[in-house]
This record gives sequence, C-alpha cells and structure tokens, in this order.
Amino acid sequence: MAENNNLLVKLDNCGVYKSSKWIVRGISLEIHKGKIVTLIGPNGSGKTTSAKMILKILKSDEGQIKNFASKMAYVPQKINIDWTMPLRVVDFMKLTSHINNLEIVDALKLTGVDNLLYNDIHNLSGGEFQRVLIARAIAKKPDLLVLDEPVQGVDFNGEIALYNLIKKICSTLNCGILLISHDLHFVMSATDHVICLNGHICCSGTPRSIVKNSAYIELFGEHNATTLSLYQHDHDHSHETDGRVTNNV
Amino acid sequence: MFDDFFTRALIAGIGIAIIAGPLGCLVIWRRLSYFGDTLSHSALLGVTLAYSFSFNITFSVFIISAVVALLLINLQKRTKLAGDSLLGLLAHSTLAIGLVLIGFLTSIRFDLMGLLFGDILAVDVEDITIVYLGGAIILLILYFIWKSLFSATVNYDLSAAEGMRPEVSNFIFTLLLAGVIALSIKMIGALLITGLLLIPAAIARNISSSPRQMVISATLAGVVSVIAGLFVSLEINTSSGPSIIVVALLLFIISLIPLEIKGQLQK
Repeated sequence: MAENNNLLVKLDNCGVYKSSKWIVRGISLEIHKGKIVTLIGPNGSGKTTSAKMILKILKSDEGQIKNFASKMAYVPQKINIDWTMPLRVVDFMKLTSHINNLEIVDALKLTGVDNLLYNDIHNLSGGEFQRVLIARAIAKKPDLLVLDEPVQGVDFNGEIALYNLIKKICSTLNCGILLISHDLHFVMSATDHVICLNGHICCSGTPRSIVKNSAYIELFGEHNATTLSLYQHDHDHSHETDGRVTNNV
Repeated sequence: MFDDFFTRALIAGIGIAIIAGPLGCLVIWRRLSYFGDTLSHSALLGVTLAYSFSFNITFSVFIISAVVALLLINLQKRTKLAGDSLLGLLAHSTLAIGLVLIGFLTSIRFDLMGLLFGDILAVDVEDITIVYLGGAIILLILYFIWKSLFSATVNYDLSAAEGMRPEVSNFIFTLLLAGVIALSIKMIGALLITGLLLIPAAIARNISSSPRQMVISATLAGVVSVIAGLFVSLEINTSSGPSIIVVALLLFIISLIPLEIKGQLQK
C-alpha cells in the first residue's frame, strides 16, 4: 500500500499515433515520489513525445494513463520566446505560478543565476537560459518534475552541479522526476530507473540491471565515456531508418 | 455633458482604446494581426446582416466574427493550407459576401464609407453604454484568463503541462477579439479597427521592458491617440477614424527615437 501512495504516474501500454505512424508505442512505466526515472535513446526515438504524454500535453492513442500528480513542472527541450514580447527573467519565473520575488531569488540562487533577475530574457546565453528554466520549474515546488535535456548548452562544471541539484531536489521536495538525458554517466550513477527508448521500450530496469544488458555492454565496451551518445542497440530486433522494428532471427 | 457630440465621441473612443490596449498586446505577441484583419473584414458582413434583418449591429457583428474565427480554427485542423492563406480566403470571401448583400439592400440608404471607416462623431448615449458595458465584461474575462493566455503565448506546451488549460483560454480569447471588433466597428470602421489594436501596442513594445509595462503603455498610447486624433479632426475638419490612426502612427515614429538613441549609444 505504501508503494501505491507514492505512485505519481502510471502508463500502461501507451502510444502516440501521428501522420499515419506510431511515434512511440507500447510505453509502460511508473514514476514514484522521490525517485528519478530516466529516458535514454537516440534522436527521434520518442523521448520527448513520451514525456509530453505523461504531462498530458499529448493524448495517448491507446493504453491507459493514470496521473495522480497534483502539480507538475516542465523544463522543455526547446523554447523560443518571441521578440515581440518584452520579458524579464522575473516575469518568466512567475509564468504559471503566483510566487513572490524572495522565492524567485531563492530558486535562481540554486541554479546560480540570481544576478539575472531583471535581465531581458532574450539576451541570456543558452546556458543561462537553461538555468533559468530549471529554476522556474523548481520554484513551483512540483510533485512531478519533467526535465527534457535540461543541461544542454551548460558548461561542463555547471552540468555536474545542475545534475547534483536535480538529485538533491528529488529528495528535498520528495518529488518524482522524469529526466531525458544523454549523459549516461549521470544516468547510471544517480537514476533509480532507466528506460531505453527507440520507438518502443527496448530495455528498462535499474542502472545495475541495465549494465548487464547487451546494449549497455556494447555501449561501454566499445566506446569510451566521451563518445557515449553514439551507441547502438543489440537486442533481439533492429530498427529501420524510420524506427520500424524488424526482428533478428 | 453628454449633449455634445464631440464629448460623446471622446468618451466612446477612450473606452475602446482602453479595451484595445491589452488585447492589442496579445495580438502582437501572438502574431495575430492578420487574424484581426480577417475578423474585421467579416464584420462588414455582420453589419449588412444586421441591416437586412434589423438586428442590433454590435450583436450581429460579434456573432459573425466569432463564427468566422471558429471556422478558421476548424479549417486549420482539416486542410493543408497555411494559416495566412486561410485567413485571406475567409477575409475576402466574407467581405465579398457582405458587399454583394449590400447590393440587395436597395431600400436602405447605405453609408459604405461610414461602414469602412466608422463615424465616431455619430455615437449616441446608447452606443457609449454598450462600449463601456461590453468593455467591462471583456476586460473582466481577460483578467481572469490572463495568466493562462500569457503563459500559452510564451510557450503552449509549458502552459499545458503545468495545468493552465491554454486550449480553453485560447478559445475565449478568440471570442474576446470578436467582441472588441463588434464594439468598435460603428466608431472606427472595419478597415481601421486592427490599426487601433496594433499601433498602440507596437508603440508600447518600443518603450517597454516588461509585459505589464507594455499593456499599460499600449492603453495610454491608445487613449492619447484617440483624444489627439479627435481634436485634430475637429480642428482641421478631417474624418475622425483615420485621424486617430494617423496620430497613433506619429506616436509610433516618436517611440522609435529612444530605441535609436539607445542603439547609437551602444555602438
């Protein structure tokens, strides 16, 4: 029962069908309070689509979604703010919640950008903007936090600090976290559950069990840590260029 | 004080400028200027229908604009045409239908110029009541959906994910736009309404650094344009609607000066 009380989201065989093909299919997963679930997979494997399904931005075209989260926060992968809109960091922080400047500064301090409070959001660098995005999501004090490649464009030292922050937030807020990341080092060291995606769930489990998986062995046996993003799957099946599954016999 | 036609024009105009301020900002942010144009062109059809069936003009224009807006949203989902093509299609076909219908209304003397450019000097006390009552309703609704609308304008996915229900506020916003066009068609005319929505907001963008500041500046710029434009039209005997827009344009040019100076200083 205790386990059930901590359940935030449960996907049961969900998928998204768009322009006469399945973007992702057969997605089943659970996200619990205080746990980090990570989605890894190549480009176009449906990571963002799955995240959007969990966030109720996209409807699942099959299967069942149960979402018990009372407050969700989202760090999208790409966000373009139109130049026609004058927007400072402080305005952006208040976008979907009623919080005061003190709470805003506290959140910005966590990601190291409290000095940018009154800066024009259009003039931030890529890394600064990412830090603001993460701070905004944290300031909402969500019980489910979804981060889509949150540290893109952040410098190397900052990357480590932000990942540590994400881990810390997970326990201090006791929130569930869904993380999409290419940084397998962090994924393997700090995540509770890893889901390897390529249009469907290729393999999933604890980092420990994933390590034993053939895909993972290939990954770390062949390449060193710096070329981690170039990995291949060696399962009982392979993929066409459009992601369709063909079985290896 | 309502006895004087000029005072009535001022009061009505100021009322419309106040409603147009915040809505105009949203039109600029969401790049909907051509959408506003389409709605106002279709408003012409609303007016002719009102005359044909002796309906209330404001009500009839609101209904037609709202129908066209919803039609557009629906067509966008069903066809492969780009948004601007669909807007053009709807704008010109509703305009044409309106003009064709006018041809049938031979029994009524029709002031086409008045319809296209409005006649703010002809407003009566009833018009003023409608503007302020309708305006109050529009602004009140806007106040309640503002956070949702604004967050969806910045990023739709983020707004949807964080429970702001942007699909609902987007729908309501479309109706509010139809509402402001209905309220102002008699005074500003079908061709110039978008100008009153856009130009004050454009002025405000040049001098604002936050959204709140832009909304307030747009409202003030609109009010100033209306007052100055009406006095100019009285003084040199020009048509009132166009005079308001010309004043707004002058303000826009002036608002470029601080940007220019800033640019020079940064070099």
